[in-house]
Order: sequence, then structure tokens, then C-alpha cells
Amino acid sequence: MQLTNRRKVVSDKHQTLSERIYFPAVVKGMLITFSHLFKKRPTIMYPEEQREIAPVYRGRHVLKRDENGAERCTACGMCAVACPAEAITMESAERKRGEEGLYREEKYASTYEINMLRCIFCGLCEEACPKEAIFLTDRLVESEYERETFVYGKDKLVEKIDQRIDVTKRQTPEVIEFKKRPGLKHNSLFDKTQIDRHRKPH
Amino acid sequence: MKVTIDGIEIDVPKGTTILQAARMIGPQVAPPAMCYYSKLKTSGGYCRTCIVKVTKGSAQNPNPMPKPVASCRTEVMDGMVVENYTSPEVIEARKGVVEFLLINHPLDCPVCDQAGECKLQDLGYEHGSAKTRYEFKRREYDMIDIGDKIKLHMNRCILCYRCVKTVDQFTDKRVHGVIHRGDAAEISTYIEKAVNNDFSGNVIDVCPVGALTDKTFRFKQRVWFTKPMDAHRNCDKCSGRVRLWLKGEDVARVTARKDEWDEVMDTPDGKSGFICNSCRYDHKRKTDWVIEGPSPVNRHSVISQNHYQHLNELKVQALKQQKALGFMDINKKP
Repeated sequence: MQLTNRRKVVSDKHQTLSERIYFPAVVKGMLITFSHLFKKRPTIMYPEEQREIAPVYRGRHVLKRDENGAERCTACGMCAVACPAEAITMESAERKRGEEGLYREEKYASTYEINMLRCIFCGLCEEACPKEAIFLTDRLVESEYERETFVYGKDKLVEKIDQRIDVTKRQTPEVIEFKKRPGLKHNSLFDKTQIDRHRKPH
Repeated sequence: MKVTIDGIEIDVPKGTTILQAARMIGPQVAPPAMCYYSKLKTSGGYCRTCIVKVTKGSAQNPNPMPKPVASCRTEVMDGMVVENYTSPEVIEARKGVVEFLLINHPLDCPVCDQAGECKLQDLGYEHGSAKTRYEFKRREYDMIDIGDKIKLHMNRCILCYRCVKTVDQFTDKRVHGVIHRGDAAEISTYIEKAVNNDFSGNVIDVCPVGALTDKTFRFKQRVWFTKPMDAHRNCDKCSGRVRLWLKGEDVARVTARKDEWDEVMDTPDGKSGFICNSCRYDHKRKTDWVIEGPSPVNRHSVISQNHYQHLNELKVQALKQQKALGFMDINKKP
């Protein structure tokens, strides 16, 4: 009975003379090795040289400020609940009188941490954010010596007021229009045909 | 009296409303209700969310009712035929009602503490449309502190009157109500007088939206990051049966236990399940309580996120399946 067509017949036939002296096989291997000296080198000498990456590359996160410089994040927790790796934690606080220029909404994230060792850079946090506050960027997460330093707090995540991070490539009108497509999960809840499925008791 | 709702027939006593009859059948036919609260007398009839179509008035008079009716205030007649979810007209009308409720309601769910357990949010998802057509300025009020434990955020109020009736019926002295009329109506205390009696905290539980919130819990946690646990303690003022919302070992907040209609549950011996302020605000250590176990959470609710309530059941099921397939039992010692 033949179960698969990938089976191999094992034979115990003896090696030929050329195989037995090994030398032709060694020469063949060395030829391949030396031929690579004359081929184009695929290594990129990071960080002097950098690979060209797409503008929508999913790299290190940024917490955006709005046009007035106030933090957009309102600590609603949608990113943390969407995160499949459970990398995001946050604590919220109430905005005090006089802090209107610092935080856009009446509630803000007093701490916001992303564990970059847990993060899988899937971009679901960006998709879940209702305030357009968190974006993944084309920057890379730098290497560190300690595990603790990979937990990025607000000091590393919030963009500096004088060094804004450009995310316009991720927010083109096409992208915003794409987010409204009926097939996407966060739109399906508004789909009438989904009402029955949504309401049925388990 | 026999009444048929969405094709399902049920026998109910005289004086039952359509909404109560529908709830007896189950959640698949029960209309949503924002203002009706079965534990509060004279509640209902304000929000119009529970409207249904009566296609046959009764056995004697089989004519349909001309307009959709509020099911919380309409009593059943013998032989009545009601359409709720099976009628596209009702769904369309309810969508309109939701749009009206949302006219002045701010769309600040990311900020609001009620998000995740808000009935208006659920209603909006199920029946509303994704966009608002309202172009004018929404009504705006300053936030009011009702006592030192309750925050009234009048912008979010949908004027269901539940809190007014709660204070009216469960506390000895009524000190807050609705002032002004129509579009200008608002919940207020008399000259911002503090509501202070032992059961005033229950207005937080009956509020279907985030208008009345617990100041001791305000902005502390999103509800879906906390874990609901049923617990009790000996309390001389109330039943002492509560739901603790735990974050790790900390009690984030204490609420009354709610049933599947989002109403405060009665105790098994028929006593009122509304809890006193001392249980709600002053006992926020886990050691104050006897924990009974995790509260039942609807699987479709965001609160069920990462809560594996049925983990043991799942394990048993998986073991059964493995056994049926002839897998080796890894727990069995040779």
C-alpha cells in the first residue's frame, strides 16, 4: 500500500570510487564558496546603511499630539483590549483645570506602557484607536542591554513637541476611506444583517 | 391570557405588559428598554425604545393598532399578536428612537466610565447608524457633584427618570428631581443640595448611561480590565450581596448584582437587592468580603474579555473528546 508519493527507497549500495576519495566533492563545495566572492553582497551594514522600508512599515509606536500640542490619548483602553500580545497597560487620570493645553480630553493616560518584548507589531492598537492617538511608525525599536528598558513609558512613546513624527502616509484619505469599508470588523457591528447574530443568547 | 410575540405563544396573567411577557419568553424577543425598570413603580413610557407593533389587538377585536406602541406601558389582551424583531418597521422606528436619544448625548465613550456596560452604547451598536446627522451644538451643562460620592454629568443624561424614582421609592427623603421642561429638562438637586442617605448610591446602578457615576471609581479603570466577582458580607442596612469589580487583589468598585435585563437582582429570599452606601463606598478591601465566585458575564460583552469563566468546563470537554478519540490520558499514572 502506498501512502505517499514522496517516499524514498533506501539502498545499501556501495559508494563509487570518486565518492570514496571525497576530493571531487570537496572541490565542488569550495567552488561554490569562492564563487560568492564575486557575487553581489546581500548584507546591509546597519546602522551606516539602512534598508529601504515601506512608509506603512509597522515599527516603533508613537503617541501623537494634536495640532495644539495636547496629547490625544484619552486612556480609553481600546488598544490594550485589542492587543493580542497583551503588551499595553495604562492608568488614567482626570485632567485638572489649567491642563487643557497638555491633554485634549478630560481624561488622559497618566502612565502608558508598551512592553516591546511582548509586542508583535501587528498594528491592531492603531486600528482600534478611536482618537487617532497611537500609530506605528517606520522607526525601529533600538536594542538594549536590560530587559526592563524594553518597557517603553510615556517618555519614549509620546512625540516630542519640537520633534513631530510624520504619520501622514498612514492617514491618507484612501486609508481613512478604507477603514470605513463594510467588510472590516469594526464596521460589521453597524451592519443590519449582523444584528440577529449579535443578539442571540448563547 | 395567550399572547404571541414574534411567533412564540405564551400564557400570562392579566395585567402583564407586553414587555414583561416578552421577557418571560426570553432575550431573543424581549425589546430593549432604557427607562423601564421592573423594580421601580411607575417607571417606563419615556424613552420609546421598547416600541413594538401590535398586528392583532385581541381575539375579540382583531384589528391591528395603528401605530407602534410602548410595550412597557401596554397591557396584553387575550389573543394579541405582537411583532418585535420580526417587523422591519419596528427596527426602523427603533433606529429613529436611538437617533433621537443620541441627539444630545455626547459621543465621548472613550472618556466615559460607563463604556462597556452602557445600554445606550449597546443600543447604538445594534440599531443606530455609525454617523450622526445632527449638525447643531449639543446641550452642555457643568458637571455637578451630588454629595461627595456621586458625579452628575448632565450632558450624558437621557432623562429616563430612573434615578428620580429610585430616590423616591428607596430612600426616606426625596431631594433630587427633574427641573425645567422639554429640551431644557435636567436632573438636579434642590439648589445642589447633597443627596445623603444610606441608599442614594443606587442611582449609579440604575442609570442606563454614564450620567451618574461613582466618584470613588471615576477614571480609575475601564470596566473590562476589572473582574466581576459575586461576594457578600453581613450588613445591617441591606442584603450585603454585591458584585465586586477586582483589579488584581484590589477592589476597584462595588455595585449591586444585576440580572440579564441589567436590573438590580432580588435576593433568593425575595428581598430587595439594592445595596447601601456603606457597602458600596466604605468596604473596598477584599478581606471585607466573602467571595462566592466569578459573576456570570454575557460572552458577547466586552467585560468577558480575557475572563475564562468556563475554563474547567472546557477542560472537561476537551478530555472527553480526547478519550473518545482514543488519546492517552496524560494525567493518569501508569
